[in-house]
Amino acid sequence: MGGLQREESAGFDRHTIDYIQRAAATGLYEIRGLGAKRRVPNFDDLLFLAASLSRYPLEGYRERCATKTVLGTRFASRPIELAIPITVAGMSFGALSARVKDALGRAATEVGTSTTTGDGGMTAEERAASKTLVYQCLPSRYGFNPDDVRRADAIEIVIGQGAKPGGGGMLLGQKVNPRVARMRTLPEGVDQRSASRHPDWTGPDDLVIKIKELREITDWEKPIYVKVGATRVFNDVKLAVHAGADVIVVDGMQGGTAATQTVFIEHVGIPTLAALRQAVDALDDLNMRGTVQLVISGGIRSGADVAKALAMGADAVAIGQGVLVALGCNSDTYVADGRHISAADEYTQLGTAPGFCHHCHTGKCPVGITTQDPVLELRLEPAVGAKRLKNYLKTLNMELTTIARACGKQDVHHLEKEDLVALTVEAAAMAGVPLAGTSWIPGQPGR
Amino acid sequence: MANLRPVPAAREFDLAKDSLRDLNLFLHRHAVEQGVSQIRVRNPDGAHSIACGLNADLDVHIHGHVGYYAAGMNKHASVTIHGNAGPGAGENMMSGRVHIKGFASTAAGASAHGGLLVIDGDASLRCGISLKGADIVVGGSVGSFSAFMAQAGRIVICGDAEDALGDSLYEAVIYVRGKVRSLGADARFEPMTDTDRASLRGLLAAAGQPHEPGEFKRVASAKSLYHWNADANQEY
Repeated sequence: MGGLQREESAGFDRHTIDYIQRAAATGLYEIRGLGAKRRVPNFDDLLFLAASLSRYPLEGYRERCATKTVLGTRFASRPIELAIPITVAGMSFGALSARVKDALGRAATEVGTSTTTGDGGMTAEERAASKTLVYQCLPSRYGFNPDDVRRADAIEIVIGQGAKPGGGGMLLGQKVNPRVARMRTLPEGVDQRSASRHPDWTGPDDLVIKIKELREITDWEKPIYVKVGATRVFNDVKLAVHAGADVIVVDGMQGGTAATQTVFIEHVGIPTLAALRQAVDALDDLNMRGTVQLVISGGIRSGADVAKALAMGADAVAIGQGVLVALGCNSDTYVADGRHISAADEYTQLGTAPGFCHHCHTGKCPVGITTQDPVLELRLEPAVGAKRLKNYLKTLNMELTTIARACGKQDVHHLEKEDLVALTVEAAAMAGVPLAGTSWIPGQPGR
Repeated sequence: MANLRPVPAAREFDLAKDSLRDLNLFLHRHAVEQGVSQIRVRNPDGAHSIACGLNADLDVHIHGHVGYYAAGMNKHASVTIHGNAGPGAGENMMSGRVHIKGFASTAAGASAHGGLLVIDGDASLRCGISLKGADIVVGGSVGSFSAFMAQAGRIVICGDAEDALGDSLYEAVIYVRGKVRSLGADARFEPMTDTDRASLRGLLAAAGQPHEPGEFKRVASAKSLYHWNADANQEY
């Protein structure tokens, strides 16, 4: 009697009401950074069976468990050799500051892995800091030039990105400072549009020829990766193999972005879990496992995620958002002169709070990561960022090898699908592994 | 004494017998090492990626038709194609000169940053797409969506242009002599200035085109798409 009624509508919940009212007030779709926030089936829905009476484990952290990873063995005369199967995903200078690119390169080099350029070209800082640098060839071709092609260790042709397959990209004017504008040959402050289609080829038959051109330019030395956003993965992977890719990168829908429409981030593409299984199926179908390497990305966070990805058939993973979080994204504080300083006011000014921030698109990153602001970018000290990222990557690798040993593997690449079960029917169907406690794989005949 | 006169070092490749790989490797590495600057290529027979990725002051003449990406990513070199060119000729070139004596297929000069691309005949769809600072002179006409999202540089069209010329232009400027079937989004005709005429005269001379700057119209960006929310009807 007389109390407030709080019966929330499932269809028009507070989130939906807020969305409609914001749309009505602005006449604009929302643009934001990072990746999908909705829950989709993911690696948390898988578990390892590990050793038992029928399997023989290795001894904890003591026994050797190899993590060496080689990418690009199909045609390139100089494949990429990495110490661990965990790489840093492509992120642009423009989205990130040059100091951040420096930090990524330092950390990746220290742990023996690769980092990747992004839209906008290669910065001198990241080339100098990165022992192994993958150079992206994107539809926009911003900053793309033959000198950097020759300076790179591998070339990655980007067809799409998990956060926005088919969507191209944006870099809002507040991040297009003089250096970014110069590198991208654009007017300063313009809202920059990254094309969704490559300018000089239009389909898989053309891609065959484009890849050969890049091989000719690099004298067949450097591996050529092809990166696709996860949509029709089975077909896309097969087409990329036919086109002559050495390495295929599949980016699931949980993958991040510096700025794109929320409607894209949340409603376009398929989950990384489903994408990975389709990619592996495609390679199996062509009998190309081990010949063409597979890198999976999109929401990889932990060593468990890495182990599950490898067990499902990936050769390596690429991490973007996890890397940024390791640097300090969404932290309460940033570090200056060894002291932690609160960034609370800056989060408040953005209308958000640590743990919830996805305001990369504004260029006003409170912790100095996704910014070109000359004051804010100083909040990320490259040496501090590199140390944190190195620790994160080491932790992931330790978790990965711990699981691999428990499964009786002397090499993390020996993890296999048979080591996995699923917690949910959806994950079992997507990953193609049995529901825990059963031998049932939904959708597979005879199970 | 005539025997003592320095003779420019030259080399000929016959792609009916020599491989594309051998040709490109020679152009990338051995030409400069061996002091060879004049290279003649016979029987290209539509091969792709001929003379791509050059990075030296070479003078390459290709006698016949070429496939995709001829002289792609060129830097410093002068490449003359005595025939027609397939898609992406001179794509992403940085400097130097690429001259197609015949016709060019789609995406000629795509994302080219510098240098001069001359096409004596017509160019197909998307000529100068994503242009980033190079100059392109087309003796004939161009297909639809030419200069799409072109960011910087100049495109001279001595003939006509098909649909959507200059769609989503940034700072690149187009000079067109003939008819334009339609302009693309955000492209507009603008008055020619003295600076335009002087600039155009230089380009026409460099390309060997006999026309007068006064015969051309200027197309550039209206810049209404420079900010994605410019037309939004915001409440606050």
